[in-house]
Amino acid sequence: MAIAQVVSIQRSRAHGTVAEIQGASKNFGSVRALVDFNFQVRAGELTALLGPNGAGKTTAIKLLLGLACPTSGRVSVFGADPAEATTRTRVGAMLQVGRVPESLRAAEHIDLFSSYYPNPLPISETLAIAGLEELRDRKFGDLSGGQKQRVLFALAICGNPDLLFLDEPTVGLDVEARHLLWQEIRNLLGRGKTVVLTTHYLEETDTLADRVAVINNGSLIAEGTPAQIKSRTAGKKIRCVTQLSAAVIRDIKGVIDVQADREAVVIQSNHPESVLRGLLSLDLEISGIEVTSAGLEDAFLALTREEK
Amino acid sequence: MASVSTTMPAATFARPNPLRICFKEAKYEFLKCLRLPMYSVSTMLFPIMFYVLFGLVMGRQTIGSISTSVYLIPAYGTFGVMGASLFGTAATLAGDRGLGWLQVKRASPMPIYAYFLAKVVMSVIFSTVDVLALLTLGVAFGGVHIPTLVAAKLVLTLVSGSLPFCTMGLAIGYFAGPTSAPAVINIFYLPMSFCSGLWMPFMFLPKFVQKIAVFLPLLPPYHLSQLVFHQVGAGQGGPILWHWESLLGFSLVCLGIAWVGHQRDQKANG
Repeated sequence: MAIAQVVSIQRSRAHGTVAEIQGASKNFGSVRALVDFNFQVRAGELTALLGPNGAGKTTAIKLLLGLACPTSGRVSVFGADPAEATTRTRVGAMLQVGRVPESLRAAEHIDLFSSYYPNPLPISETLAIAGLEELRDRKFGDLSGGQKQRVLFALAICGNPDLLFLDEPTVGLDVEARHLLWQEIRNLLGRGKTVVLTTHYLEETDTLADRVAVINNGSLIAEGTPAQIKSRTAGKKIRCVTQLSAAVIRDIKGVIDVQADREAVVIQSNHPESVLRGLLSLDLEISGIEVTSAGLEDAFLALTREEK
Repeated sequence: MASVSTTMPAATFARPNPLRICFKEAKYEFLKCLRLPMYSVSTMLFPIMFYVLFGLVMGRQTIGSISTSVYLIPAYGTFGVMGASLFGTAATLAGDRGLGWLQVKRASPMPIYAYFLAKVVMSVIFSTVDVLALLTLGVAFGGVHIPTLVAAKLVLTLVSGSLPFCTMGLAIGYFAGPTSAPAVINIFYLPMSFCSGLWMPFMFLPKFVQKIAVFLPLLPPYHLSQLVFHQVGAGQGGPILWHWESLLGFSLVCLGIAWVGHQRDQKANG
């Protein structure tokens, strides 16, 4: 099951483990949210925790933040209990929250949270990183959805923590705001910070993550770099507009599957070169050829489907 | 910036100053509530409006040995303190609990006592303003003459009465939902005030309400108002110490209930 760990050559970083869940199970009454779950966060990396709704992502984050205790197993952050005050001064968290006090201004929220930490960033710097300089005196209730997310991001980073948990940080952001936040996350990684990210956007994982852990029904079902996870689904996809019928295409050597997609067909294959040769010789009118790798999304769907 | 060493011991960090955290927490809790008209206006407005109406405009009679304008300062003072404290703790706690904000706070290094202390400080400030406003109105327009020392004791007693109602607020806040909290508070707040004789003196209440007078010792607003009535020479029931003891006992029971609610939350969250 587990993919061999490969030394990340993307960025040269120290690779100690900063946070760890070892064989943890968590039951809520008769519901088993996590089952013998193992998870490691390595220093200086962005680890993405992926899984469908209700898979146990949030429970895992809560264990790492010391907001919940495992029914069995062990959780440690910086080698200590995550619920300890000294541990928490090195951790920042952006959680999903239903209501934030709306009558306080953005800068006031940041001022308050900065006071909890021993070595916070200057408030002006936090505002700049989160892109809130112009909104500093705006009341939280008067901000747009995306701006509110930026304030919550600011609260997570204002204490200058070494380890940052981001629980679906880009929900509700427009494309531009999402890309800005990605850039900020990259900047944090560039400064040696460690990030744990949960998200529904697989594109986000693909662009940002050094390592991906896929969780389903409370168990870890795959772990590795995004490339390793993707390689678990077969081959490439060829999309083209052709006169050939599906039955004819299926007879070409190397074709695994053929599906109609609007005006075109999508062909799945482990040997796209030989399939392309076959297609070109059979249909001189063929057009609009695209060859793509199976994405993280396909891998994710395949992985979580296998489980069922 | 150089890469971070993971073995850096946490002990090299200075601890943030807990006093400073408590100060900021209380400051922003106060600002937050001050800017919410639903809280700041309603907790201030009702006692003052009632006092102007019944104490000043209509208040040229006497109740027992003292004038209405004097009598109603302890009565509406207790009413105001109770409202400021209950809404200041229960409504905000229920909202923070139910909608995830308390969880964000708990994930931060904020010491949890700072969170509760801030609510108490905020409630005490609003209570003080409430009581001072009543007293000022009474002296300026109601012909109230109270010696400075008595006035100081009256203010101190009423304001310290904020504490039992804060504990009651915590107990309610741990069990009420974020949207139902104001309704739940009113279910306790209004009948308790009425039956304790805060809106009109006990002897003017309907006969059937007077019959439940045996239950009066269970009502904290009764005890608090009686303590202050004693100071202005209109005390009726029981020795002073008994009222203090009752308020203390009531607070401990409420803290117990809040503790049960806290444990229940911990269990539900893990």
